[in-house]
Amino acid sequence: MNSPKPVEKLSPKDFASDQEVRWCPGCGDYAILKAMQRMLAEIGAKKENTVFISGIGCASRFPYYMDTYGFHTIHGRGPAIATGVKLANPDLDVWVVTGDGDALSIGGNHLLHVLRRNVNVQILLLNNEIYALTKGQYSPTSRIGTRTPSTPMGSLETPLAAAKFALGSGARFVARTVETQQTHLLDMLRRAHRHGGASFLEIYQNCLVYSDGVFANFTAKEVAGDKQLLVEHGKPLVFGKDRKRGLRMKPGTLELEAVAIGKDGVGEADLLVHDETNLGLAMMLASMDRQTMPVALGVLYCDPAPCYESRIVAQVEEAKSRSTNGDLNSLLRRGHTWIVKDKQAKTDA
Amino acid sequence: MSSSTAVKLASKKNARRELESVVVRFAGDSGDGMQLTGGQFTLATALAGHDLATYADFPAEIRAPKGTSFGVSAFQINFGSHIASTSGDEVDVLVAMNPAALMVELKNLRSGGVVIVDTGSFSERNLLKAGYENDPLADDTLDQYQPIKFDISKLTLQAVKKSGLSKKEAVRCKNMWTLGLVYWMFGRDRQPTIDWLRQKFAAQPQLEEANVAALNAGHALGETAEMSEGFTAYTVQPADVQPGLYRTVTGSEALAWGLMTGAELAGLSFELGSYPITPASTILHILADLKEYGIVTYQAEDEIAAVCFAIGASYAGSMGVTVSSGPGMALKSEAIGLAISAELPLVIVNVQRAGPSTGMPTKTEQSDLYQAVFGRNADSPLAVISARSASDCFEVAIEAIRIATRFMTPVILLADGYIANAAEPWRIPDVDKMPRFPVEFRTDAENFTSFMRDEATLARPWVKPGTPGLEHRIGGLEKDDSGNISYNPANHQRMTEVRAAKIAGIADDVPPQTMAKGKDSGRLAVVGWGSTYGPINHAVSHLRADGLDVSHIHLRYIWPLPRNLGDLLAGFERVLVPEMNNGQLLTLLRSQYLVAAEGLNKVSGQPFKITEIEAAIRERLEIRK
Repeated sequence: MNSPKPVEKLSPKDFASDQEVRWCPGCGDYAILKAMQRMLAEIGAKKENTVFISGIGCASRFPYYMDTYGFHTIHGRGPAIATGVKLANPDLDVWVVTGDGDALSIGGNHLLHVLRRNVNVQILLLNNEIYALTKGQYSPTSRIGTRTPSTPMGSLETPLAAAKFALGSGARFVARTVETQQTHLLDMLRRAHRHGGASFLEIYQNCLVYSDGVFANFTAKEVAGDKQLLVEHGKPLVFGKDRKRGLRMKPGTLELEAVAIGKDGVGEADLLVHDETNLGLAMMLASMDRQTMPVALGVLYCDPAPCYESRIVAQVEEAKSRSTNGDLNSLLRRGHTWIVKDKQAKTDA
Repeated sequence: MSSSTAVKLASKKNARRELESVVVRFAGDSGDGMQLTGGQFTLATALAGHDLATYADFPAEIRAPKGTSFGVSAFQINFGSHIASTSGDEVDVLVAMNPAALMVELKNLRSGGVVIVDTGSFSERNLLKAGYENDPLADDTLDQYQPIKFDISKLTLQAVKKSGLSKKEAVRCKNMWTLGLVYWMFGRDRQPTIDWLRQKFAAQPQLEEANVAALNAGHALGETAEMSEGFTAYTVQPADVQPGLYRTVTGSEALAWGLMTGAELAGLSFELGSYPITPASTILHILADLKEYGIVTYQAEDEIAAVCFAIGASYAGSMGVTVSSGPGMALKSEAIGLAISAELPLVIVNVQRAGPSTGMPTKTEQSDLYQAVFGRNADSPLAVISARSASDCFEVAIEAIRIATRFMTPVILLADGYIANAAEPWRIPDVDKMPRFPVEFRTDAENFTSFMRDEATLARPWVKPGTPGLEHRIGGLEKDDSGNISYNPANHQRMTEVRAAKIAGIADDVPPQTMAKGKDSGRLAVVGWGSTYGPINHAVSHLRADGLDVSHIHLRYIWPLPRNLGDLLAGFERVLVPEMNNGQLLTLLRSQYLVAAEGLNKVSGQPFKITEIEAAIRERLEIRK
């Protein structure tokens, strides 16, 4: 295996394990793996302090390809296992890599609770809107009408918006990006990593085999400019190839409206300015209909709060400082005890 | 005064009668505080130097409708000179706080036994609710018993008048009044209970005074009523036990403290993941209140998350533990398989209850043995051990952690609802003198692979994430010795065999099976496991005293079974296996040793009675009396 390297700064390659990557050729996961290795090298992460935890699915093979600590666990349970790791050793830098089926179907409960507890882990949800590893069944994020082997006449279920789920669960950091936009992806990985507490990053990821082109209506080069809204804290919500469109509150309502700047008397000053700490705005951005509105990418919400493990540690420390009890022997002797002397002479101790 | 130790009642009035052992059962509405009353009587009895065993028999409903038979909550205590983990076959003194309690519990009272009733609760309405057509205090219902009738409700109200409590609050002190009376009957010291009441109600002085007054009034009545016919005080012989420092302990306490102690002896921090489930939640409560010892408890979102949390903790280098009961164990089984495949230490405590499905959550059974030994997909062996009594839980919990860490394996510890709630006197061990088994984490990168094995134990190395140079990946996919994924057919064959051999090898690391009672060969061996220890041991003792050739073998190690067990069993003409299930250890013994063992099976949610086991033994040995 690998011996410790004397060099201070690691290269992206140092984060690649010796295992052959077994995703399909052209899979979007490759780009995410590369971005991760690059980002960890850039921020000077330590391999030994980095842990990747995953469940089951294509995305969950991720840990095998990283030369860090890694635990490929069982379907949907990555967040629960990551919580155990973080509480046992809060110093570890823990990433959970999951997919739309793993995180939102079988593991929906664990995702909800890791977010609401605000455990200091980074959760990457590689969303391809399909169950790929089990050969192409519809997933909780598949659109209505998706034809798959298990829905030959089309899926009937309302798809789940992952970012809305995360916000509704009480996540303090929710961001979205696209696997093909390396610069943005790297930036989002950095932001997710920097955030103290649970950070949730949804990465739209194309599956060439089972859901090819499912995100094309906002990721294809020809439309990306018009269909993507790259949000930035403190900046107006502007989009469009010529940056001539934007979002405002539709007058007299509590809903967002896409408007053309300079038309119908709308000026840039009428547009909403992005505020990462505004939960209501984040929810509205996460809820925009992909067909009629742009897709908001970037950090939709970031409002840090103390993380779970630090608060647990604080409780333990408080209990220790208040305690007048000593070791285990004193615990076992707490309360009523009595001494049995030889031959039945008994004393209340 | 129980069937086997009957003592003739003395004819002389006013003298305390001498008894070897007594069974007292407190029964009332689930809101009457019978479990608290029993707990206090247990403490006072322990402090008086008796051996004792208790049995909590309570409904699943928190506050069942008042006065109904299904809302009856009972607490039984057997105390005297030699009890050995048996809460007693027949009740000598029954306290019935209302007609429903009398209706449900009278069948447990031996003929000639004492029954204390609160006449104030025998209203027409309550009689009807309990299902009595006639007043049992007026007809022949109690003819074969010694009834002691007081209007306890009224006497309690009089006793606590000064406190200024409302009538509703005041009458709730009647459990303490009754406890005072029973204290007098058995010459108990009231002071520990008075201290407890003063502490419990420190913030509510009215309640404090009222409860103490009720306790004292009940006691005082005993002293004055002694003069009347048929109401006598007793002296029970204290136990002749090993000298030392003692306390009472319940199975739940012993499990919680044993797990903490085991982690300490292994030199590990301790993390508990648990999801509330009857009857295992008590362990979570106890440990959650011991944060000062640096332990982390985590109430997970579900049973699966609870075990996964523990697996994550073990992966990170702590001792991961989870506690549950049967239905929760079913949910955990996939994750336990992961711990088997990834070869991580993990302790899973199953406080068994009656099933299947939700079954009878507050009633005891030992029917999860199949589930523990076999209940996972594929060939997925792990170690299974069991506790036989409340105090035994402490040692068994430590042993579970020792095996888990030494062999890098999950260990299932089987307890049950009976021993989790039962209290016993316990000779407190000195933790400083217990053998340590410190874990050595791998830190050396030289020649390291994650699934290289220790030659003696076949255990793989335990590496804490954070250790430089040992970065590696593990998971639930099949792997080879390097730790890398392998679909190689021969490798899977070999890995399956190695996993089985590792667990089988634990048998070489544990003591050989010894006899719990009797010779190591003969006509009949009675083989038990878990909480049937007390009744089996008593039954075998009694019948050996009668000259029968019968022995008792009691297993702690369920899987792997002790190396010498097959030879031991071969030394007996017949083997009888009493279990609170439909024959699970029986199947195991037959399959492993091709022995013609017979089952004695009871699944009523109640522990075995000594007499039931005695009868089965006599039947096998063809004794006609």
